[in-house]
Parts: sequence; structure tokens; C-alpha cells
Amino acid sequence: MAEQFVGRLSEFTDGSRQIVKIGNTEVGVFRHEGEFFAYSNYCLHQGGPACEGLTIAKVEEMLREDKTSMGLFFSEKDMNFVCPWHGYEYDMKTGECISDRKLKLKRFNVVQKGEDVYVVA
Amino acid sequence: MDLIADRGRRVTVDELNTSKLLAHAAEQARDRKYEDMLIVDCDAHHYENENFNEILPFIENDVLRQLTMSGRAKGRHSIVPGQVGYQDMGGRVTRYPLRMTEKTDPAGKLRDVQLGERWMDAMGVDYSCLFPTGMLNVGLHPQKEMEVELCWAYNRWLTEVVLPENHGRFYTQLALPLSDAEASLRQVEMFGGRKGVTGFMVTTVRTLPVHDNSLMKVYRAIEERGLSLAFHSGPNWGEPVFKGLNRFLSVHALGFSFYNILHCTNWVINGMGERFPKLPVIWIESGLAWIPFLMQRLDHEYMMRPSEAPLLKKKPSDYMRDMFYSTQPMEIQDMEALECTFRMMNAETQLMYASDYPHWDFDLPSTIYDLPFLSEKAKHNILGGNAARTFKLEPRNEAQKANLIKYGNYTAG
Ligand code: FES
Repeated sequence: MAEQFVGRLSEFTDGSRQIVKIGNTEVGVFRHEGEFFAYSNYCLHQGGPACEGLTIAKVEEMLREDKTSMGLFFSEKDMNFVCPWHGYEYDMKTGECISDRKLKLKRFNVVQKGEDVYVVA
Repeated sequence: MDLIADRGRRVTVDELNTSKLLAHAAEQARDRKYEDMLIVDCDAHHYENENFNEILPFIENDVLRQLTMSGRAKGRHSIVPGQVGYQDMGGRVTRYPLRMTEKTDPAGKLRDVQLGERWMDAMGVDYSCLFPTGMLNVGLHPQKEMEVELCWAYNRWLTEVVLPENHGRFYTQLALPLSDAEASLRQVEMFGGRKGVTGFMVTTVRTLPVHDNSLMKVYRAIEERGLSLAFHSGPNWGEPVFKGLNRFLSVHALGFSFYNILHCTNWVINGMGERFPKLPVIWIESGLAWIPFLMQRLDHEYMMRPSEAPLLKKKPSDYMRDMFYSTQPMEIQDMEALECTFRMMNAETQLMYASDYPHWDFDLPSTIYDLPFLSEKAKHNILGGNAARTFKLEPRNEAQKANLIKYGNYTAG
């Protein structure tokens, strides 16, 4: 398992992301709510740059007791990142595709050594 | 550049560079050795509305030209009927909000040509059939004369300005003002022989009967010239039957198939395949799942009611198998269903790859190349051979020529 330097901790503000090349592959490294998440940058749909698009809160539809809809809301807790080619959305915390959770991006570990951030590949 | 996400939160994304955005497509093209295979994209788009300042001066009628150009200069009104729609998915498909940030060489070729060549090169596409975007709604224009003028102006600009700059890698099927048969015929006569014109296109977001007697002279003129006829579909939230739908997903999923189902039904049941047996007809951008549906529905009814379709000498599905279909947006969720669809439509000879780039649901050539049930011949045919045969497109290198000859698709020699 090789460790690939990604950047200095101070370069990662919350909500930021970096794409790193590791051998023949690419990994997207996100910092979200103080944690690091790293996934393959190859979308499970047609191979687009899955980690290079918008990050956006999950959209939810709330129902009342009587099953009537209250409309659409942005989630208070769940964040997705979106492949910019066609819009496949992935759960930031798990890498699962939210429209079919059996589809899951390969996840990479991120380690911090002092001020330095590494991806383990 | 910053995009707006939830609750006004700003997310920084790179400025748009089509070659960079499609870098993974270029990797696929290299890995699969697309350079040896002629790849034809039979449905790609540009945003002609960004060029209206150059297009509108081609309007022939002085009053209508002044009317459109004057209003446009002050940003007061739109020229082509617009629609409610959310193609960009709230900025999730970043090339929509970022489009104007993409840099092109101001001293180089036309911007649309530079952008087109970027995506073609990245995907490994040799030729693209270029279609407009907003003008796909021209069939909804309330003024017949304006539909005629807009098609005329666009067709002149495309053939006189755009196509010559691209050294033959773009070809086209020009928009017909179908509401006016005489004007359509005039445009076939005027533009049918121009370089890069392989046929004409009906924008199918309209309810006009395509089998109307007045249109026979138009189809005959296209057939006589050895050209093709395409039907390009689209969505329309304003269509009365769709007004009950509450999400763009639903309107988009149904609309694209709906209009081609409507017009294909009229085309088949009225015996157009018997009337114009040498006219290649191509149904564009409705996906593929509607084809087995319509074949089964029409055959089922025809068996019981042949007296309502007396021009037919075979089943409706047989006429559908004589026509061509573009692949995109290919429903690929159930591989067995897709394989059955390919079998029912004789995909090996009747299906043509289309990207629909840069629209949000584009398909790469790998959507065909990677299908596990296709033979090598079928892959070559669908990705480019069927189009090369139909539109008489030349190979761009010796390996492509050898493959076109090997699979019986070489017509240029
Ligand atoms: S390739 Fe990522 S959404 Fe299609």
C-alpha cells in the first residue's frame, strides 16, 4: 500500500476537494465537516469524473401524517457529490450512488501525518 | 468559478474546458483503439441561440428580419418558443452554467466549431451530425411564416458559415419548416445539394400529421436526391397531456418518446414506407425502449384492422425494421431487455450511434462498444458503419477503410 501526498491540512478548508493522480487512476479527496473522504474519480455510470462536480445537500420530500406532500427540502445532514457528466449523485459519507445504493465508488483511506494529508492506495 | 448549491452555499469548480471535462472519454477512446473504427455521431448539438446575431440577418423578409433583430438587440423577447425545463439539474450538470466561461481562440475557427472539435476529438468521434437546440421547438411557433424564415436563416448560416469551417467533420440534416409544404420544398431544392447536407430533419415537437397529402412532394424531392429524412424529438411540458406531470424527469422521460411514437405511427400506418421505399428515415433521440412497444402495439391492432391500413403489404413492425434509429438516450438498466430490443429492431443494420453531446443525457461510444452481447460486426456497424453507408461518409484513415470494407459499409470508393 503506497501513500500518496495530497496536500497540507491548511489547504483543505471545509467543503473543499482535490483530485490526485495515483498511478493510472485518479482519486477525489473531500473535506466535509472536518472529516476526509476519498473515492475513485471514475463514475460508475459512463466513467465520468465523479468527484469533480458540485457538492450539494441531498434533496428530500417530506410527508405529513396523512401522506400529503410538504414539498422538497434540502437535507440538514446528508451531503452528496455529483458527477458533472450526467448527474449521478453519490453519498459523501459512503460513496453509494443514491439512486441505487448497490452501486458504490471504491473508497480510499486518508491519513494525516502532522500537517500532511495522504491517500493510501 | 463558484456555483450555487443548497441554501446559497458556494462551491468552487474548475472553469469549463471541454477537453479536460471529457478527459476520461479520451482515455476510453485510447484504450479501445477507436482510431481504427469509423465512429459517426448521428445526433450532436450546438446552441444556435448564442449565434442569433449572425443567423437573423439571413431572414429574407425585411419586416420579419427587422422585427426579430430589433427586439433581440434590446433583449425584449425570445425568437423561438421557449419551454420550462431544468436541463442543467440545478447546476449539477456543470457544463450548462459554465458554458460561457469556456475559452476559445478568438482568432480561430467559429466558436461552435472549436467546441465541437474538442468533444469529437475527446470521444473519438470522426463525424457528427450537427443539430440546433432551441430551434427544435420551431414547430411550436404560432406563426407559420416565422417558422419558415427561421429555418431558412438557420439553414443558410449553417451551410454557408459553420460547415465550411470544419473541413467536413460536421454534416447535417437541415430543419424543415414542415407547417408549410411549399416552403419546405423550396428549402429542399435550395439546400439539398449543398456540401455537408445529407438530408432534412423534422422537429417532432408538433402535432401536424406527417402523412398529409401536401407533404408528399417534399418527401419525394428528398428521396429523388438520394437524401435522408430524420425525425428529431424533444420534450414539451406545454403539451396538454403532460400538464399533469409535476417533475421535469417525467416530462423528459415521456416527451422524447411520445412525439416520435406519434409521428412514427402515422408514418407506418399510412404506408409511407410503401410510398417512399428508397427514402432512408431515421428516428432520433427517443431512446430504444419505445421501439418494441410500438412494434407490438401496431402489429396487434393491424392483424385485426388491416382495412384501416390498406397500403401495407407487411406488418407495421416490418416497416419499422426498414427504418433507422439513433441509440441515445439508450436505456441500459436491464441488459436482457436491451438485447431483446436490439434483436427486434435488427440493430446490426438499423441502429446508429448518437451522443447528443453536450446535452445532459449524452452517451459515449463505450455505451455501444462495451455491450456484452454484440458481435464485432454489430459494434462497427452501429458505431459508424450504418451511418457511413447511409450518409456516404469517407473513412479518415486506412484502418477505418479496411474495417468499413470488411463489414460491407464502404460506399465512398
Ligand atoms: S458518467 Fe457520471 S453521471 Fe454519467
